[in-house]
Amino acid sequence: SQAAWCVLPARVLLVLTSQRGVQMYDSDGSTMVFWHALDVPEHSAAHSVFARGIAAAGGHFVCVGTSSGAVLVFDIPPKGTNVTLNEVLEQHRDPITDIAAEQGQAPDGAGDLVTADDSGTLCLWSTGDEFTLLGQIPGSGSTCSSVTLWNGIVAAGYGNGQIRLWEAGSGRICAQVSAHARWIYALDLAPLTGKLLSGAEDSFVHVWKLSRNPDTDDIEIQHCHAECVTDTQVCGARFCDPAGDTFAVTGYDLSEILCY
Amino acid sequence: MSARTLPLLFLNLGGEMLYILDQRLRAQSIPGEKARKDEWTDVDRKRVMNDIITTMFNKKFMEELFKPQDLYSKKALRTVYDRLAHASIMRLNQASMDKLYDLMTMAFKYQVLLCPRPRDILLVTFNHLDAIKDFISDSPGILNQVDETFRRLIETYNCLSDGEFQLIRQTLLIFFQDMHIRVSLFLKDKVQNSNGHFVLPISGPVPWGTEVPGLIRIFNHKGVEVKRTEFTTAGNYVTPQREGSFELYGDRVLKLGTNMYSVTRTVETHMSGSSKTLASQAKENIAPNPLAKEELNFLARLLGGLDIQKPAGGDTGFRLNLFTTDEEEEHAAQTRPEELSYKVINIEATQEPGRRAELSRILGELEVAEPRPGSAEKGEDLLALMDGL
Repeated sequence: SQAAWCVLPARVLLVLTSQRGVQMYDSDGSTMVFWHALDVPEHSAAHSVFARGIAAAGGHFVCVGTSSGAVLVFDIPPKGTNVTLNEVLEQHRDPITDIAAEQGQAPDGAGDLVTADDSGTLCLWSTGDEFTLLGQIPGSGSTCSSVTLWNGIVAAGYGNGQIRLWEAGSGRICAQVSAHARWIYALDLAPLTGKLLSGAEDSFVHVWKLSRNPDTDDIEIQHCHAECVTDTQVCGARFCDPAGDTFAVTGYDLSEILCY
Repeated sequence: MSARTLPLLFLNLGGEMLYILDQRLRAQSIPGEKARKDEWTDVDRKRVMNDIITTMFNKKFMEELFKPQDLYSKKALRTVYDRLAHASIMRLNQASMDKLYDLMTMAFKYQVLLCPRPRDILLVTFNHLDAIKDFISDSPGILNQVDETFRRLIETYNCLSDGEFQLIRQTLLIFFQDMHIRVSLFLKDKVQNSNGHFVLPISGPVPWGTEVPGLIRIFNHKGVEVKRTEFTTAGNYVTPQREGSFELYGDRVLKLGTNMYSVTRTVETHMSGSSKTLASQAKENIAPNPLAKEELNFLARLLGGLDIQKPAGGDTGFRLNLFTTDEEEEHAAQTRPEELSYKVINIEATQEPGRRAELSRILGELEVAEPRPGSAEKGEDLLALMDGL
């Protein structure tokens, strides 16, 4: 199960995903605005059915991934409960792991949404009344567990502990970091500074800085800080502010949220 | 949640149970000629291990187990192991059974948590099965059953993706969440902290397929690597030597899931220091779960229908103590914190009178801590109770 705030210009929704489907609540959690049940195919008793991956995109959409690989695109009205399923994107063939919308300024042709799946495949989309697939980056054997998109740079965390940076427009690889010794669970980006936060099962949380080299125009990443949450497998990590000055961490069997 | 988790949970917990029982039986065994009628011998030990393993790997049971399904509730699963542990001439009191189950679950929780890759849970399972095959190495019939299950595991799981294994792992971790029973063996080996949380090492070999953290590689627009930088952390990792084998036979490389009990080391569990989270978890256990009874009846029927060899002479069976002395066992039973009691639910008797007598006899023995003159009446009370159902 996942929970995410979807911040749209008109309103803020709390979106929850689970094995049964998607629920959306008003920002104070008091009213359930919308509920979508997942279709359970007849012969897939062995394959788990669930929704995973949530992102607000394109001004008035909320995108939710599913275990079939389909991405549900919901159109959100500025007020009220008239949420409709606008489109189903069927490009991925493996369960969706994460979805991210552009948090900064997308360069021309770069698209403003990225979706990731179990096989490590990334898809880049441009949002609108009809979403358009702009490109696809094939996986290379490791699950892409989390993804962020900023100024046309895709930052992806993988099950084998790697972080990779891709240029959204061209789909080319920009950087590869042997970041963690275990499965990366969380990535978050601070849009004002380009700081990247990664949390993994190896107990470590790292802060990185994304930048563009002024001479070569290459996208670069540097390591800023490491934090070890002793004896804890980090499951969640998020910046608490858009500049990335503070961040919060959660872990398995941990009943506290740690703030740094 | 993954619907393929139950076989792995059952087999690994079963494996741990066998390690512990084997160790305790060896520790309490007396050479054959010198043993009294109620003392353990090597022959008895082998017999118990054989009986339990035969029951565990029963074909029908395995078929049912491998069907895609949700995990059983904690209560239902605990009762399955209760039945399994009593599949032979051995008897365990409530306190010993509680301790056995605590050890089993904490051991497997540790193994799941420390698995380098999600897929390595399969290697842990194979380690358990390899050891089980060793326990019954001179019984070709049962060996066959175990190999069958082994092949089934390979067939079902070897093709799953990393993502699917991670889902299985997450399902298991949620099952074990907030369990922090302290095990003396783990505390001594510095594998568990005094607060019950496991120690997660930040050194050692990285998982197969992962690189040692520290390298940043930058590529230009032509895809050519143009810069390399390094960063350091407190971790001290090295490259792994080789990957474990996922075949029927082979070196698993991974040590998780191998037998960590030796005859001389006694293992204690510590009950004190219950926390708020434990209390809330216990509340969840206590609330009646109608499904649990359903699952349980089904499994109980399966296990009840199995042919169990009874000792000649109609003996009540040998009692195994998981503690060092009977007094310790009695004390443990009395001082177990309320929120940690497993509250095993009552097994509904089936229609056959023979079965009913068998079940009530088992239930009767579970109630009694010491053989007391009043025990015969207790058994009869229970029988009467079951008659009324």
